[in-house]
Amino acid sequence: MEEIGLLMQGFAVALQPDNILLMLLGVTLGVLIGVLPGLGGANGIAILLPLTFAMPPVSAIIMLSCIYWGALFGGAITSILFNIPGEPWSVATTFDGYPMAQQGRAGEALTAAFTASFVGAFIAVVLLTFLAPLVAGFALQFGPPQFFAVMFLSFACFIGLGRGSPLKTLAAMMLGFLLATVGMDTVTGQLRMTFGSTEMIRGFDFLVAVIGLFGISEILVSIEDGLTFKGQKARIDLKVVLRTWAEMPRHWAIALRSAAIGCWMGITPAGATPASFMSYGVARRLSRHGDEFGKGRVEGVIAPETAAHAAGTSALLPMLALGVPGSPTAAVLLGGLIMWGLQPGPMLFVEQKEFVWGLIASMYLGNVAGLLVVLVAVPWFAAILRVPFAIIAAIILVVCAIGAFTVSNAEFDIVLMLAFGVVGYVLKKLDYPLAPLVLALVLGDRTEEAFRQSLLLSQGDLGVFFSTWLGGSIMATGIALAAWPLLGWLWSLLRPAAGRERPSPA
Amino acid sequence: MSATGNDAAAAAAPPRGVRTVAVEVATALLLGGLGAAAIWDSRRLGAGWGAEGPQSGYFPFWIGLVLAAASLGNLALALRAARRGVKGGGGLFVTWPQLRLVLSVLLPTAIYVAAIPFTGLYLASALLVAWFMMRLGGFRWWSAAPAGLATALVAFVVFETWFLVALPKGPIETWLGY
Repeated sequence: MEEIGLLMQGFAVALQPDNILLMLLGVTLGVLIGVLPGLGGANGIAILLPLTFAMPPVSAIIMLSCIYWGALFGGAITSILFNIPGEPWSVATTFDGYPMAQQGRAGEALTAAFTASFVGAFIAVVLLTFLAPLVAGFALQFGPPQFFAVMFLSFACFIGLGRGSPLKTLAAMMLGFLLATVGMDTVTGQLRMTFGSTEMIRGFDFLVAVIGLFGISEILVSIEDGLTFKGQKARIDLKVVLRTWAEMPRHWAIALRSAAIGCWMGITPAGATPASFMSYGVARRLSRHGDEFGKGRVEGVIAPETAAHAAGTSALLPMLALGVPGSPTAAVLLGGLIMWGLQPGPMLFVEQKEFVWGLIASMYLGNVAGLLVVLVAVPWFAAILRVPFAIIAAIILVVCAIGAFTVSNAEFDIVLMLAFGVVGYVLKKLDYPLAPLVLALVLGDRTEEAFRQSLLLSQGDLGVFFSTWLGGSIMATGIALAAWPLLGWLWSLLRPAAGRERPSPA
Repeated sequence: MSATGNDAAAAAAPPRGVRTVAVEVATALLLGGLGAAAIWDSRRLGAGWGAEGPQSGYFPFWIGLVLAAASLGNLALALRAARRGVKGGGGLFVTWPQLRLVLSVLLPTAIYVAAIPFTGLYLASALLVAWFMMRLGGFRWWSAAPAGLATALVAFVVFETWFLVALPKGPIETWLGY
């Protein structure tokens, strides 16, 4: 197996002392970010990204991806101890995690959550190790029409597989594309959508948007519930860890199933959040003790955590192999690749072997490091939430402002960040999904480029997207997914009788 | 309909605030407006087929069109929910006390952002932290002031000296020789 050899070389890169230090630093920062409300994987990495310009790309991505793993772990701590999901994907973890903590089984719940996360991530990394080079090799034959088809499919997934209103998903997505077009058109040099403003010529940097949409808006949403956190005490000692681990093998079926759900949802850009909910639901339905879910079953912690981590990890697969990220955080990492001067896409596997395999190896090591850090340091991380919210909120706002400024040393970006924060607050409360907005903002330029190049190839004939069987079938799948909600709606119109039979809420 | 109205009246003093429908409609109108603006701007640039292939406005034109159409759909859905009354769209977007809390964070932050070009980031940040601690956290000035100062100093050490990133500076930093 060629992959094994390359992976070993990757380990040699990742195991350099500097990189191990960055890994530990990244994981610790990541857990911190995951614990704090208003800082999450996506905007935490967005804030730190400008500080990594001077680093070699391998070291930078190792640190940033470890922040991502850390944030995935950190979300579980606040869910279980404080009943506050630090991250959207850990909402499902609160259902059983918090009741367990109330019953004095916090240590057990935390150990189960961390171990499950580790297992989920590990399965996803193994999948990524062997599948990503295959996908990339396949994608080397892609031309612009096929790339456009892949991006079309990713965006169609949001509409077809998303949980919310398809029209709102569509509107959020188009807003992202529109924001991406603002500024100078790189092909013709014309100014688009600037409406005479000089500040708009630079366009909207997606990092600034991410910091506002995910950071500032989160502060605004969480302040509504008041200013205090009430939490359970956490103590993890070796005895609890070993006892929980001894019981874990009994839940192997749940873990495998949840990991499969997670991997699937991560590769299609549905993301970690729906994966955790779906996996929780499936575990409850298939369990013999389904009624006891929500009252403190350990399976109710294992299922969502495994799926969330598997999804979070496998979201990097399409990012690496195709240059199409599977989650907002993967999108931010992709933005990092572009800034470090690497061209995302299948050529990475050919031209930047050291980078790709160093990153993949660091995923293995980063998750081990993450597991150790969280198991040892849970009480300290939990203590952070005992700091009054007034202080935490102010510091997070300052950090966000610094992050927005450093993206391109522009004071106007801080104003934009605040504006995006208010927009994010409103959209979030109205259930407009933010992930498609961010992904469209990141991929907008490249989607448009692929679209234009394809049309140039065909002299304006839209049939070019269907000219090869590969591109054609990807496009057809995309169209089917995008039209799925429409078909459902038409169906309910055609059969009004079926609509009336639905049980109405009495 | 009247039955649901009576039920709502029977509930003791329902919380008051901004209605969800109003915000839904406003958001849909705003997004639709953005779509229309995109269509208009793209038409100005040329949204057709030029000498070197698709013109600058080609892609944004269609994006704007889809955004406008989706927003119209959202508007229709929101209005339909409103017509159904309390059952469908009578929910509150935010209650007044909640809005007060949100504004107690948002307004100082807006002032903070507006002040940065004049005072520099460090002084503004110190003031923001101290203000939050005193107004929202109930701290006295003798603990809030050092905390604000400490935040600014830590930020200065980390960014100016450690990462060598220059952040906006104001008169105080100039006076100190930076």
